[in-house]
Amino acid sequence: MNPAFSVIFFTTLIGAGQGLFSALYIGEVYAFFNIVDKGNSSQMIETGLFLVVILMTIGLFASMFHLGRPERAWQAMSQWRTSWLSREIIILMVFVVMVILWGLAYFIKGSLLLSNLEVRFDLLIGLIATILAIFLYICTAMIYVVIKFIQEWSTPLTVFNYVSLGLSSGFTQVVALASYFQSPLIDFYTIWALTLILVAMIMRLLSLYRNKHIKHKSTIKTALGVQHMKVRHISQESAISSYNAREFFHHSSMGLMQLIKWFFLVFAFVMPFFLVIFGWSEGNPGIFVAAILIQYIGLLAERWHFFAQANHPQNIYY
Amino acid sequence: MTQLALVIDLNSCVGCSACVTSCNEWNNLGSNNGVKRVLFNQVQTYETGDFNDCKTLHFPKSCLHCEDPPCVPVCPTGASYKRKEDGIVLVDYDKCIGCKYCSWACPYGARELDPRENVMKKCTLCVDRIYNKSLPKKQRKPACVLVCPTNARLFGDINDPNSKVSSIIANNNGYRLMSEWNTKPANHYLPLLKKD
Repeated sequence: MNPAFSVIFFTTLIGAGQGLFSALYIGEVYAFFNIVDKGNSSQMIETGLFLVVILMTIGLFASMFHLGRPERAWQAMSQWRTSWLSREIIILMVFVVMVILWGLAYFIKGSLLLSNLEVRFDLLIGLIATILAIFLYICTAMIYVVIKFIQEWSTPLTVFNYVSLGLSSGFTQVVALASYFQSPLIDFYTIWALTLILVAMIMRLLSLYRNKHIKHKSTIKTALGVQHMKVRHISQESAISSYNAREFFHHSSMGLMQLIKWFFLVFAFVMPFFLVIFGWSEGNPGIFVAAILIQYIGLLAERWHFFAQANHPQNIYY
Repeated sequence: MTQLALVIDLNSCVGCSACVTSCNEWNNLGSNNGVKRVLFNQVQTYETGDFNDCKTLHFPKSCLHCEDPPCVPVCPTGASYKRKEDGIVLVDYDKCIGCKYCSWACPYGARELDPRENVMKKCTLCVDRIYNKSLPKKQRKPACVLVCPTNARLFGDINDPNSKVSSIIANNNGYRLMSEWNTKPANHYLPLLKKD
């Protein structure tokens, strides 16, 4: 496939936003059960929530560039019964609303009494929003998983990748916030961030290994229905400047593909991992910001590779 | 249930591309003068075998109007749909947002984004011809079928066991493309026969 930058920015930005929200919420839950001491984290939450909304908005804005008729985008919510793309848009909208509601509930500090147990409104709303964030990752991934004949995508590993990559980028951001606002949650978040970067790397390596050894079901024999040992495409004109040639071929060399693979493995996983450790030991928010930027560049490259590596069976005809 | 479709005889096709020209003309798809354009139908040419024993295969391909079309459920707006009355898969140009997802979900590469209108387009089986009462009855067929000089393209209801296309498919080992994905394309192809 030819990677579309609108989709690359959309999926990586909203993934980071969902991850950051989940991170902020998990910190709150741990603090609620007195597992960690969160100190005064309201400034961190405030800035974090603002960032989440910004990331989701820019992501959504980027996705508009993918559409031929963006003015009709609202209609994309109608087919939730069958289309994961439709589900993704709906969940994204509801998620953003819940994030804003959580912010309101958090700062109003609403609570209600249910028998003897104190239940905080913000924790309930946050729980719903976090479930939506995870479900949103699944929706995004399922858009690709359901195309069964793009075999590089049609695997549960795609879902695990979207979840773990998004969460890892969210937790790298929250570590920077915790460091900047000198929150006592920094140790807790750092361990989460490091674990998620490792998990994301393992998942991505597994999918790279799987895709390297994939056996494609469609061949030129099944595509044409010709049972001959040798079939050669000899017409050239149809491959020039056609939609199919532009959309389904990435037109990059194998060398560049390899280079981008190694690039994203280093930038999305190895460097952020060590930068987070370094930033943690130094207590320097600047190092965490570097980790965020480097990781994001790595994630852009990862997403590019995810699209480029996918072999669409229509390419067999060319 | 009616399922209109094309049957393409690979033995008869000479690769003249008259079907492509006729399709472009009827559907007003523009010319190939270097600008981006959309194609509903194309003929590609392949060579099978080695020197001394090789054969040229002209292979016309357009939307196959699958009985279980993978492009339909993925559409987020419902613009992509399959008609119950005749099995034709169509795009509602007023609903399409041009997200291209249906083209990704079509294993045959049958759908394209029209760069002029920014919506997805593909073969309609000339739905505006086949029921068009302003045309003489003989001409109520897809433009590509009417123009084919070798009669390599046939049109009819493949679900009607008494139709001409059904008997031709049955008697000539008509087959479907990429049957491994169970999309059940309605368009059938008649296999290239070995010459003695």
